[in-house]
Amino acid sequence: MTAAAIPRRGDRTLPGPIEGGLEFLRLLSRRPSGLVGFAGIVFFLVLAFVAPIFVPNQESGDVNAIYQTPSAQHFLGTDNTGRDVLNQIVQGGKEIIGVALITAFLTTLVATVLGSVSALVGGRFDAALVGLADILLTVPPLIVLIVISALARPTNFLALALVLSLLGWAGLMRQVRAQVLTLKERDYVEAAKSLDLGLTHIVFREILPNMRSYIVIHFVLAMTGAIYAQVALIILGLVPFSGKNWALMLYFAQTQGAFYFRDAFWFVFSPIFAIILLQLSLVLFVNAMEDIFNPRLRSS
Amino acid sequence: MVAQQLPATPRASRARHILGYWRHPVAQAVLKAFLTVFVTTTITFFLIRLMPGNPIDIKIDELTKDGLMTYQEARAQAASLFSIDLDKPVLEQYVSFIGNLAHGNLGYSFVSQGTPVTAIVLAVLPWTLFSVGTGLLLSFSVGVFLGLFAAYNRNTRADHILSLGGSIISAVPNYFIALLIVIVLGVELRWVPITQMRGATSSGIQPGFTFSFIGDVLFHAILPVSVYFLASVGHWILGMKSATINALEEDYVSAARARGLSDGRIMTAYVGRNAVLPLVTQLAITAGLAIGGSIIIESYFVYQGVGLRLQAAVTQRDYPVMQGILLMVTLSVVILNLAADLLYSRLDPRIGRAGGATGT
Repeated sequence: MTAAAIPRRGDRTLPGPIEGGLEFLRLLSRRPSGLVGFAGIVFFLVLAFVAPIFVPNQESGDVNAIYQTPSAQHFLGTDNTGRDVLNQIVQGGKEIIGVALITAFLTTLVATVLGSVSALVGGRFDAALVGLADILLTVPPLIVLIVISALARPTNFLALALVLSLLGWAGLMRQVRAQVLTLKERDYVEAAKSLDLGLTHIVFREILPNMRSYIVIHFVLAMTGAIYAQVALIILGLVPFSGKNWALMLYFAQTQGAFYFRDAFWFVFSPIFAIILLQLSLVLFVNAMEDIFNPRLRSS
Repeated sequence: MVAQQLPATPRASRARHILGYWRHPVAQAVLKAFLTVFVTTTITFFLIRLMPGNPIDIKIDELTKDGLMTYQEARAQAASLFSIDLDKPVLEQYVSFIGNLAHGNLGYSFVSQGTPVTAIVLAVLPWTLFSVGTGLLLSFSVGVFLGLFAAYNRNTRADHILSLGGSIISAVPNYFIALLIVIVLGVELRWVPITQMRGATSSGIQPGFTFSFIGDVLFHAILPVSVYFLASVGHWILGMKSATINALEEDYVSAARARGLSDGRIMTAYVGRNAVLPLVTQLAITAGLAIGGSIIIESYFVYQGVGLRLQAAVTQRDYPVMQGILLMVTLSVVILNLAADLLYSRLDPRIGRAGGATGT
């Protein structure tokens, strides 16, 4: 991302971040589902990071109003201690989205660096990394995550993000490697090599700027993977978090037996719905991006 | 570098990097599978022993807590449970662990004392493989068919509905599909008798090749199978659609049209066959995802498979069982991967030939 505004020479001119962004929005506006996804992402970012500033955190419940169904006072009803569910939905997004963003950032960073270095260095280093990535791709990730979390007990969300990105880099690393292998044969990379500009320059100045769209797509995909995995770990009670969090709401609902209690429907359904809508927005956005950046699909 | 662009070749060429000259694709695939299981087992072995608060310490703590046992006694008992000698260096422990493993001995459970881990895992693994396998085979067949249909009817209403529906359903985490079935269809609407459908079989039914037993097994498998089906069908629809669109633009399709072949023959023998190839290799990854999700899915349906057992092992900190399940699940997915690899080389004649299509 750091190399976004590098002046390019000759016919290899890339659009700057602003014109590129405008062009992207223009193409996006022709795809209703992509636009819906984009709007959803913006909505959830505002809900998770801006709305909590204006909505006070409700700490204690009201024992006279437990498991209430939706009403004008409580739009989404109340939970087992009489706390407002909507309030918890507003407060409970930051951790989920925060962990997803950190994990996606770490995963993308590691995968991109390892993938491009692996492709450029080659030899035994390349073979060993690809072998490791292959193994990580074969083992069911959630199972390994569960074993690791049961042992490591990540107590804060940076630790959780680290655990999650431990396993997530392999797929993207392999694809970045394949892309770099084709890109490195291009003239401008050959030129940089013959000018002896160094590996860092070649990776960050010559190759990565040409893979921007690709990296952004995989950043969003990594977010969906991180959300899937962290929600699973929290639901299983393997991440001893406290506070308000959509997945924690489900964990508490389960320990309270609320799944089988009809009046608790909105208490259980609301966090599920929030997570599904968030995932859906990300997926629709990614689909539209793939559509835009893949010329073969775009031509029609 | 042409090799990197052909969709068919990366698997074969990767293994060749590691192996150097052992070129036969089947040998490569088997060796890679073996290596994967070996490395995973090794990593988890050391991980479990290097983590703070290892299972042996936890067991010793548990045994000495009430003061009925001295530290030495507790240590000896913990060691016998793990069937490893604690005073040996970790590397030697590892060697004896691998030795036991080669004899099919995975150690003994902490909680159900004296029960071999192998017996525990083998009692639950078939149920998960059965439900995940059925769900995935169904979703693969239906999804591939619908994807092909959507690609042939591109930009029609049916295509839009299928594509959007596929995106939506593939965005829903598989465990949430299970939970939604429970809370919406089971508790709220009461359309599905979730309490009767719990378990892998009804209690008291005699296992055997009888109509009532098979019917009972299917009745209890309906919910997990539908979850695995729904969770992966969108992926196949979207994947098959874009693969078909790509295949339709290939020269050999135009050539086949020019030769006057019937549309049906072009669809099955040229377009469909080539489009489905890249999807076959994704079967193993999808199975890994489904088995991972089974930990939560099976607990919502109380279906006695690997997932439910692993969740119990995690809550009880039954490390030998955890390690055993991880190993068996990895083994299953690796075998599936191997099968997919072999099927792939069967479907794609370019791979089957000596040296493959890469020519590297």
